Amino acid sequence: MTRSFISGNEAFAHGIRLASPGVISAYPITPQTIVVERLSEMVADGVIDSDFIHVESEHSALSCVIGASAAGVRTFTATSSQGLLYMAECLPYAAGGRFPIVMMNANRSVALPWNIYGDHRDSLSQLDCGWIQAYAQNAQEGLDLALMSYRIAERPDVSTPFMVNLDGFHLTHTYEMADVPEKEQADRFLPPYSTQNTIDFDTPRNLCFSAGPDHNTAFKAGEHAGLMRSRRAVIETEEEFSAIFGRKYTGLTEEYMCSDAEFILITLGSISGLCRDVVSSLRKSGMKAGLLRLRYMRPFPVEEVSAAVAGARSICVLEKDISFGFAGTVFINVCAAIQNAGICIPAMNLIGGLGGRDITEENIRAAFQDMASGKTGVVFIGMEDLKI
Amino acid sequence: MKPHLRTCIPEWRSDSLPDNTAYEAGFLVTKNSGWRDIRPVIDTKKCTGCLQCYLYCPDGTIARCGNKVSVDYDFCKGCGICAKMCRHDALRMEAERR
Amino acid sequence: MTRPTARNITEDEYFFGHKACAGCGGSLAVRMALKVLGSRAVAVLPAGCMSAVGFNFPQLCFANNAMISTFAGTASMMTGVEAGLRARGEKDYQVVGFAGDGGTADIGIQALSGAIDRNDNMIYICYDNEAYMNTGTQKSSLTPFGAYTTTTPAGVKIRGNIREKKNMFEIVAAHGIPYAATASIGYVDDYMAKVRKASEVKGMKYIHVLAPCPTGWGIRPDETVEYARMATDCGLWPLAEYGCGEYSLTRSMKDPGLLRAYIRGQKRFRHLRDPDIEYIESKRDARWEHINRSWKAP
Repeated sequence: MTRSFISGNEAFAHGIRLASPGVISAYPITPQTIVVERLSEMVADGVIDSDFIHVESEHSALSCVIGASAAGVRTFTATSSQGLLYMAECLPYAAGGRFPIVMMNANRSVALPWNIYGDHRDSLSQLDCGWIQAYAQNAQEGLDLALMSYRIAERPDVSTPFMVNLDGFHLTHTYEMADVPEKEQADRFLPPYSTQNTIDFDTPRNLCFSAGPDHNTAFKAGEHAGLMRSRRAVIETEEEFSAIFGRKYTGLTEEYMCSDAEFILITLGSISGLCRDVVSSLRKSGMKAGLLRLRYMRPFPVEEVSAAVAGARSICVLEKDISFGFAGTVFINVCAAIQNAGICIPAMNLIGGLGGRDITEENIRAAFQDMASGKTGVVFIGMEDLKI
Repeated sequence: MKPHLRTCIPEWRSDSLPDNTAYEAGFLVTKNSGWRDIRPVIDTKKCTGCLQCYLYCPDGTIARCGNKVSVDYDFCKGCGICAKMCRHDALRMEAERR
Repeated sequence: MTRPTARNITEDEYFFGHKACAGCGGSLAVRMALKVLGSRAVAVLPAGCMSAVGFNFPQLCFANNAMISTFAGTASMMTGVEAGLRARGEKDYQVVGFAGDGGTADIGIQALSGAIDRNDNMIYICYDNEAYMNTGTQKSSLTPFGAYTTTTPAGVKIRGNIREKKNMFEIVAAHGIPYAATASIGYVDDYMAKVRKASEVKGMKYIHVLAPCPTGWGIRPDETVEYARMATDCGLWPLAEYGCGEYSLTRSMKDPGLLRAYIRGQKRFRHLRDPDIEYIESKRDARWEHINRSWKAP
């Protein structure tokens, strides 16, 4: 293990190096570029024995790794924002084919207006495409997710592609201390790549076929079942991970002071660190505040969310996203989960950080005040006077 | 090596359907013979085994058979290209008897 | 290199039992290429006629490894397959793509250009039936001048397709590709020889094979091969090769006078008037002037 001062992108590149994919294919887009630059250097220097394929678009990047996955090797791609949307056709393709591809998405705003900074509108717009979606909080978690994502995605009972999300700039470009594991540890953790849905010269296959009305539902239900089984795979993988690397993770969510909390803020990604500080501070002043960080959006932590907020008086979902015409996507998912669990408490949706705008400590404190006053509805931070 | 009709076709249930969109290559469950209203008939006396019909059949339903050719009537669609390609008048399209 | 013939090619059929229309030229192009390439060919086909007729679970019509790619991603998925097989340590395999005219010259041209640029070791075959036949005959950029399609109808104001057929062969060659060729399902011997040659050249290869569609062209199913031959014989579809910076014809124009019969015999051209045909002739003649001047004779 080496302790390194590195950016989120670099940490992620180390995770990928340790996983040793046979084929890497990516197209550059800010703020993802550094991860592919580092990997290109590693390939050029012979540090990893991967083929780095320079494609002419994101659509080709994902098409290419689908082909490589079908050929039977571990694969990696990375993108962001417009790039993710440009490859959108290939996302359900990879998931429907049950190809355990790993992709890093550097979360970035979606045009128009053009903006290169971080929010979650890119990845959350693709929640329904059949990929596992995890959101890292810091560089270390990014690196660890790079390794764990392969272990989870490639399990035969899961066989589902995995998208690891890192907040653009906040995570991808910020330097932090991170432990970079040794290759020998990674090899103990990650078994050699093996999947069933591959080209085979002894028993040839026809792949990526059509299935008409008679069989289509069964394939789609199978895809859903695979993604749902990743719930268990996440927990088991984190146990295996902890046994080798020593770092512990907490499954699909991470609770902070939720057990007796009256007011729980729910969020995801890099903003969680600041939220945690605010919760600590509010606790000191006597407010029973709590924070629930969603580590995964798919599979959605239905039970975890319901259990965490069961005793709360009200909740607020803080997210860098809006599903225009309704509410934030995370909020919609949270509400559906707790409604099914029969939990009926005021729920508020705070939309912030769009296009990289800072979410301040004051904004988060205000969210707790709003929760205490039982406020509900969708509010854009700084746009409280918005007339609709 | 050739895709072929399977005699044993599973009843597709959730436990017998493949887990993913990859399956045994060349797995055929239906014939194409029903598409046809004319069929090629070979006059073996006239056939010289020049194999032009074999070469140009879009469906690969004409096979080399010794010095001659034979037609797979399970999969022939009756397009008539073989008869057109025959330079020896050894292939005639005849109405399909129903 | 042994020239593939009806006698020495494999008896194996790799594309069989499919649901293509009777007399389909595209299916013949796929069938014969795979017979030349053999069991270690991995076929990649985008959305289009050949994937639609060959991959309907549980009716799977390729005997070899084959997969459907995204429509725009034929060449990039081929690249991934090739790189993946190489990374897996496989040897002696051949990655071959079969995309239609729309899949190649329209939606797939970007990925194709990328693959040629990378010079990946694979064969891309465009089976050109001159329109989006799988969706019901809509215009592609390889639809010839004058042709009726469902999106270029023969109206009162605009009579069929007003644009020329895109010159994919020379577009591809302009990349400096190691090997490119035009071929026709009307001359299968020549086509097979080019597929064989492509399989022996290292790097990226492109073969553009004219494959008439009886349904979309308005000809009888038994006329597919004849019309494919006529296209070449009348000079509208020159058979040629490109390699090492040089173009060479592999078959000369047989009879310029055949053009009229070629056009008049197809329903998709039946609205054309004599001046339209004269225009097509003049375009052909200008092209042949260029060919005769700068391409090697057969």
